Amino acid sequence: MTQRPVARVAGLCLLWYAMWLLMSGHYTNLLLSLGAASVVGVALLVTRMLLPDREGAPFHIVPGLLFYLPWLVVEVFKSNLAVARVILSPRLPIRPRVVDFQGHQKTDLGRFIYANSITLTPGTITVRLDAEGFRIHALTGEALDGTEEGEMDRRVCRLEGAS
Amino acid sequence: MEMVLDYLSAALLLLGSFFVVIGGIGVLRMPDVFTRMHAAGLTDTMGSFFILTGLMLQAGISGVTLRLIMILGFLWFTSPVATHALAKAALHGKVEPIEHEDEEGH
Repeated sequence: MTQRPVARVAGLCLLWYAMWLLMSGHYTNLLLSLGAASVVGVALLVTRMLLPDREGAPFHIVPGLLFYLPWLVVEVFKSNLAVARVILSPRLPIRPRVVDFQGHQKTDLGRFIYANSITLTPGTITVRLDAEGFRIHALTGEALDGTEEGEMDRRVCRLEGAS
Repeated sequence: MEMVLDYLSAALLLLGSFFVVIGGIGVLRMPDVFTRMHAAGLTDTMGSFFILTGLMLQAGISGVTLRLIMILGFLWFTSPVATHALAKAALHGKVEPIEHEDEEGH
């Protein structure tokens, strides 16, 4: 889906104004117009900064996120239990290591989502991300397997590809 | 109904506190800065998730719940960025991660 910049900025404005309405909770004319003025001001600023592009206003991944986020929450929950078990076991069975690997994402946005998903999942932290790939620190071998078996990689690829 | 919600909310709050405490224990038990960050991860993922959902049940369907959902979203989006920045700063500051012996270094 190719979106014109105007459509992106308009989408952002709608989002911001909805946020203003929800957060303020006051619906007098003064506050409504102040909100509108703020939204227009911010829209002018970010347009001038060239921010609302495919990366800065990634509306195209929103449908995919509806499927990805619940899956991620379940994964985070599972790895929380695994790390909690490690912490509570008397021998503290950690096997920390640092591993480099490549993701299969094609865009920076995809790599960003993947890196953050890895870090959000306890047991693995992305410590570096550059052209050569990801470097992650893993607490245990099992935490690492969860990443390397590539389920998350595949899902993030599908997410960024769903345009 | 109110009663059920209260109990459910209390259970969620307890569960969240449980993860926060475990995270704290982990931070104390782990040997170096990187492994400690894994433990701290429990606190800001499941700890915040269960405590905030417990509070949502207390607030009912209202603006407060909406704000709590937003707080949860912001926490989940920003905490990995902070963790990553911390890990990168530690590496940059020449802190060597402890590694399990049978694995190659870098």
